[in-house]
Amino acid sequence: MSEIPGDLKFLKSHEWARVEDNGHITVGISDHAQAALGDLVYVELPGVGDNVQAGNGAAVVESVKAASDVYSPVSGTIVAVNDKLADAPETINGDAYGDGWLFVVKPSDSSEMDALLTPDDYAEMIENEEH
Amino acid sequence: MLNQTILNATHRALGARMVDFGGWDMPINYGSQIDEHHAVRRDAGMFDVSHMTIVDVRGPRVREFLRHLLANNVDKLKVSGKALYSCMLNEQGGVIDDLIVYFIDESFFRVVVNASTRDKDLDWMARQGSRFGVTLTERRDYAMVAVQGPKARERVHGLLSAEGATRAAKLGKFVAADVDGLFVARTGYTGEDGYEIMVPEAEAVSFWSKLVAAGVKPCGLGARDTLRLEAGMNLYGQDMDETVSPWEAALAWTIALEPAERDFIGRAALVAQKSDGAAREMIGLVLDDKGVLRHGQRVITDKGDGEILSGSFSPTLGKSIAFARVPAGAADGALAVDIRGKALPVRAVKFPFVRDGQPCAGI
Repeated sequence: MSEIPGDLKFLKSHEWARVEDNGHITVGISDHAQAALGDLVYVELPGVGDNVQAGNGAAVVESVKAASDVYSPVSGTIVAVNDKLADAPETINGDAYGDGWLFVVKPSDSSEMDALLTPDDYAEMIENEEH
Repeated sequence: MLNQTILNATHRALGARMVDFGGWDMPINYGSQIDEHHAVRRDAGMFDVSHMTIVDVRGPRVREFLRHLLANNVDKLKVSGKALYSCMLNEQGGVIDDLIVYFIDESFFRVVVNASTRDKDLDWMARQGSRFGVTLTERRDYAMVAVQGPKARERVHGLLSAEGATRAAKLGKFVAADVDGLFVARTGYTGEDGYEIMVPEAEAVSFWSKLVAAGVKPCGLGARDTLRLEAGMNLYGQDMDETVSPWEAALAWTIALEPAERDFIGRAALVAQKSDGAAREMIGLVLDDKGVLRHGQRVITDKGDGEILSGSFSPTLGKSIAFARVPAGAADGALAVDIRGKALPVRAVKFPFVRDGQPCAGI
């Protein structure tokens, strides 16, 4: 299990979110989530310009084993998606917190980020899940 | 409390991700399931299949019993060690289980059935067997390791005595023999050459470790599933069950209606269904678009809806494949699969999808 970067926040459903310098929110799935899903083979991303709601499905990641919805941590508009994943979904397995990012949201209400888990809280949650 | 095989601690020490598989705590993968899949297609991999149920069937009338019990005909088994794949049916022609039966001698056959169906299989066999006076002995004293892939047999031979290696090398496909105290069968569930080996439990950990040292890659049940699907092999409970006949599960090749006087369980139902024509059939599908076909998805056809049975991403082909049960004749028309509300076009194809490491024609 790789180290969780300190500038991330998490949903209980294993998405991570990072506030960029311009206030946009980059979203991906956690290293724990990619390990549980196993080899990823397909990613369905939203379109740039799509509106998303906090807690609603915005993307789908599919591994050999299972399909899993990816929820947006905040409401807003999609301003970028990681097109490279179309041909290389396994990037998420190798670098979930870096090159494996999924999409970027321009938030309509950035205070929604306050409801997310800190890295320590998330680490504790998955620790408890495993016991 | 889940059942554990004798190799449980060995899997954990290798870093396996464990899952509940029909009441057994089994490895789903050790690292990348796709790497494990490719190891079997290109070199050699192995699976702990000790959860499967080995039953020794003995008695002077054992052949007569199995002739009655099974939809395939054990009279095809004439040479000691020869194996046969068959369904065991109920009176309605539904599949109670699929199994492999090995002929040892005229008073001894060995049967391997699934793990998840153990209890009902043993009950059914005991009930049907009582009037033939056979005894059933479950062999929990054996572990079982499937070593599969183009290099699998030579890796195993390297661990046998010189005499044992010579004997194993001479085994034909679907034949087994006692070799160095192991029951070595040239069978498998991957579409590759290899062995399924029954090994006394006390020796199983050491045997597994020697195979690792010989370069055989430990593989989990995840890779086993994608390998068998590519190889066009059914999975009990997913592709057929007691509500489905072999005609509807692409298992016609396992039904022996000749000789007509062999009165096996389910025969009358199968004969009736054959003359009426089965209402449904099992077909192979390929999705050329991006996405993954999965169990339970709806198949849209000109003749009404069908459903995906086994479906997965195929690591060898780099796209998704599946078995589907559809109304008879539907494969001649346009087909689509409903994935999250979108109807994606799919192609009906003959299976196996992959054989001996290579994609089959038309896939």
